[in-house]
Amino acid sequence: MKVIRWSTLVPLLILMVFPVIVDSDYYRHIFIIALMWVVIGSSWNLLAGYTGQVSFGHAIFFGTGAYTAGLCVTKLGISAWWGMLFGGPVAVLVGLIIGWICFRLRGPYFALATIAVGEIFRIGATVWRDLTEGMQGILIIQTFRSKIPYYYLALFLAAACVYAIYRVVNSKWGFYFVAIREDEDAAESMGISGFRYKSLSLAVSSFFTGLAGAFYMNYMAFIDPHVVFSLHYISIMAILVGIIGGVGTLWGPPAGAFIMVLLQETFRSSFFGLLPKWVSEGHVLVFGLLVIFVIRFMANGIIGDWHKIRQIWSRAKSLPPAAAGN
Amino acid sequence: MSIFRTNRLTKAFGGLIAVKDLSFHVEEGQIYGLIGPNGSGKTTVFNLINGYYPITSGSISFQGKELNGLPTWKICKLGIGRTFQIVKPLRRMTVIENVMASAFNQTARKDDARERSLKILDFCELTRKQDYPAKGLTIGDRKRLEIARALATGPKLLLLDETMAGLTPQEQAEGVKLIRRIRDSGVTIIIVEHIMHVIMNICDQILCINYGQEITRGTPEEVGNNPAVIEAYLGRE
Repeated sequence: MKVIRWSTLVPLLILMVFPVIVDSDYYRHIFIIALMWVVIGSSWNLLAGYTGQVSFGHAIFFGTGAYTAGLCVTKLGISAWWGMLFGGPVAVLVGLIIGWICFRLRGPYFALATIAVGEIFRIGATVWRDLTEGMQGILIIQTFRSKIPYYYLALFLAAACVYAIYRVVNSKWGFYFVAIREDEDAAESMGISGFRYKSLSLAVSSFFTGLAGAFYMNYMAFIDPHVVFSLHYISIMAILVGIIGGVGTLWGPPAGAFIMVLLQETFRSSFFGLLPKWVSEGHVLVFGLLVIFVIRFMANGIIGDWHKIRQIWSRAKSLPPAAAGN
Repeated sequence: MSIFRTNRLTKAFGGLIAVKDLSFHVEEGQIYGLIGPNGSGKTTVFNLINGYYPITSGSISFQGKELNGLPTWKICKLGIGRTFQIVKPLRRMTVIENVMASAFNQTARKDDARERSLKILDFCELTRKQDYPAKGLTIGDRKRLEIARALATGPKLLLLDETMAGLTPQEQAEGVKLIRRIRDSGVTIIIVEHIMHVIMNICDQILCINYGQEITRGTPEEVGNNPAVIEAYLGRE
């Protein structure tokens, strides 16, 4: 399970100098969003990929974090930055309550329950106008006009999240999580409390997702229930990031996050305006095709099946005699 | 003072009574055999002992402590390890990772868990395969892995559920040696087994059940010569 080497500092260094070299707020924005998705995807992966509890409801924690930050402004009259402090813990609290209810269900039944709870949160946030302003949403004033502070904050969150998950999966907790994923009955008979360790996994996962939500509120300065509690844009996207990159691998979700965000933006902008406008309508279709392709040919995701990809690459360059004979 | 004792243990699934009024006790250091025809309730007894099923009535005590109502993982922490008849390897973990996940019961440190696991793998003669993924093991090695994982939790009582089924005679002979070594290391064992020469060879005491009720009990010779046991297995003439 050891995966952090010196070479992992290379992408970090590239990301650190990126906004200095690239003097474009547009590209900086795309990278900020991608870094935010590194956090959400990695958190989802800890619960679903390592612990085997597939969540279709990560929008719950994202939205909770975002609204915690938003309500700091509208209800408490303090800065939305306090949300970076409270967002995580509030999301954990929500997560533990949901876990307490849903963890008695296993496999697909747990996944279905998280969809239901997710929709309850979205509709609840829409209807409870006194608290959330409903569909009007919450609008705040951005602290910084420059993208740079947001960029480095997002990079810090992403690095902290990946490092924390690296530490978790290489500890006793990580072994327990994977044991539960592989066979919960066997794990229980090995002295592992399924409920306790699933809850711990969910707590870590919801903490970072809540932080990402609070960051989103501060950065975008506008939220409404249909964006931050969205099944489609948040919960499903978190799953896609995980699957494309590689479920149950440390570097899968970070890779998946950049691939998905770049792909989404490429299509949304009709290949940066080079292609006709109708192309932008097709991005959902392309996501679907991509998922089919990845599941069919690289079931472990791009990072999980990296050795396969490299094999194809090296085989294309020079066919070894034995393989040529076949 | 017996290390383990059940008192009028009963389990009903709706109208079906799977285990009825079963009382037995196991002394420290014994190998205690539990035999009976297919469907007689042996595995159900194990599932009651380790808390997988709730008990309908009666009680189970281990080292003087009542186990009724405790969850499976707590019963394991008290010192009762078990293997499954239908083996449950953690498929996408390597052999040593399987054992380490268990060994974390006794330590929170990874290198310590690894060291303990290496010792247990050596004890179970699985050292050569420590880096194999568990899903790639033969059935014989899977059964060994089940035992290794149960041992890594540090049990004082080990429940072995048909660890010899499906093995070659050669593997069975090695298995018998392994079980003896486990007992000699100070672990009390309750074993469910169908293979008669194995059970007759290693058990100190045997309890024979059918339809969840006791038929007879005693030393292997006594049980082996009992007409009721022969009838339960082979039918009446």
